[in-house]
Amino acid sequence: MLKVNDINVYYGAIHAIKGVSFEVNDGEVVTLIGANGAGKSTILNTVCGLLRSRTGSIEFLGKNLASVPAHKIVELGMAHVPEGRRIFQQMTVEENLEMGAYTQARSAIEPSLERVYEQFPRLKERRRQVAGTLSGGEQQMLAMGRGLMSGPKLLMLDEPSMGLAPILVEQIFDIIRQLHKAGTTILLVEQNAQMALSVADRGYVLETGKIVATGAGSDLLRDEAVKKAYLGG
Amino acid sequence: MEFLSYLISGISLGSVYAIIALGYTMVYGIAKMLNFAHGDVIMVGGYVSFCAMSYLGLPGWLSVVLAMAACTVLGVVIEGLAYKPLRQATSLAVLITAIGVSYFLQNAAQLIWGASPKGYTPLIPTTNAQGEPNALRLFDGQLSISYISLFTMGACIVIMALLTFFTGRTKLGKAMRACSEDKGAAQLMGINVNATISLTFAIGSALAAVAGGLLCSFTTSLMPTTGSMPGIKAFTAAVFGGIGSIPGAFLGGVLLGIIESLAKAYISTQLANAILFAVLIIVLLVKPSGLLGKYVPEKV
Repeated sequence: MLKVNDINVYYGAIHAIKGVSFEVNDGEVVTLIGANGAGKSTILNTVCGLLRSRTGSIEFLGKNLASVPAHKIVELGMAHVPEGRRIFQQMTVEENLEMGAYTQARSAIEPSLERVYEQFPRLKERRRQVAGTLSGGEQQMLAMGRGLMSGPKLLMLDEPSMGLAPILVEQIFDIIRQLHKAGTTILLVEQNAQMALSVADRGYVLETGKIVATGAGSDLLRDEAVKKAYLGG
Repeated sequence: MEFLSYLISGISLGSVYAIIALGYTMVYGIAKMLNFAHGDVIMVGGYVSFCAMSYLGLPGWLSVVLAMAACTVLGVVIEGLAYKPLRQATSLAVLITAIGVSYFLQNAAQLIWGASPKGYTPLIPTTNAQGEPNALRLFDGQLSISYISLFTMGACIVIMALLTFFTGRTKLGKAMRACSEDKGAAQLMGINVNATISLTFAIGSALAAVAGGLLCSFTTSLMPTTGSMPGIKAFTAAVFGGIGSIPGAFLGGVLLGIIESLAKAYISTQLANAILFAVLIIVLLVKPSGLLGKYVPEKV
């Protein structure tokens, strides 16, 4: 579904991503794990067109994304739930969700809303509330729900567990499992390697802009080097 | 009765400020820039409607429609040529560019139309064919409100209502609010941010053309610097009401008009502007975000 081939991304003179290649197949949950500054979010931002790679290619459903502007990528069936949620704080919950379906036909919005409300009943209760007043966990749910509104083929989640209490982290990962079961393809970026690898089919380990290890989620969980670096020995 | 008449003239002057301030505040809300050339777009709008009326003999309303079309194009072109290349630049660079655009427009107008003032025929004539004033007379003629004043107040309320509806209820308007909060996230939703910014400039500039026609109907004269003082006052009104807020621009504009009118009537004509800006300073000292400015704490 998604094929990333040898991308190099720079922030000015800083070479942030050094020749990264990976792929996500239909129906898979794939995770990119790594420490702060390893380049996880940079990769996602490059995939969705907010940043550009100087080399290589990014292919989504067989289409090269090199010349597709960021705002056109959603239409292709890719939704990005960004790091730090970045919900529209001054808009209501329902307006946020409507924005998620911005590229969709008017008739598609109502069924998508129903679907998202079913997945996140909490959001339905608070649909008229201004999003900035939601708790951190609710905001994450809103960000994920907003991503799902476009009915994406690929959902990219950037640090969904960031800043959440352990019980909420559990909840978020449960939702990821449910989405996976329902057939959504997910690319998950996480610092919480333990949780991420436990839900993922496959994982890639990133270190200072390079992929240093890859394998099935369960294998990486047992990998000595990965354990030492990310799972606390 | 005298007080009431000053109050009404203040409200109608304030309505013009409010229409201008709406343009300022919308552009600020979305592009996060102060478009100091906005006042000069008013002046261009004034000249276009002046030419349409004087040289083409068109009726007032049609002239204003023509001016709106011209200013919409002008606004979008200014944004595309001068501001868009600076999207990633510091806000100071954009601010200086805006001041540059402002002088450019003033000088271009001077080249085209000359520096001497032109007489502007009010959109609604002050007197009718029988020589009677075109005004609503109340209390046995003790209080008279000109039709152009009434029209200005009405136009301001209609514009404000339309904008509130647009930003609150329509898909494009909501996308505009989304852009004003977070351009990156808006792009992730599939919103074309550049097109949204252009649209904002188009709306703001069309409003400036309306304001130009109304303003010149009150002053009955027009010159290349006509837009700068009302522009600065409307900017003040936008800050006064809380920049970025549509009802704030409305409230700020009307209050400013009333303060100006009453200060001129009861304190001093020369000091009116000083009083106006002093009020702004006091309000900002007490409530830095303006009267209706929102302070939204950010949750990380």
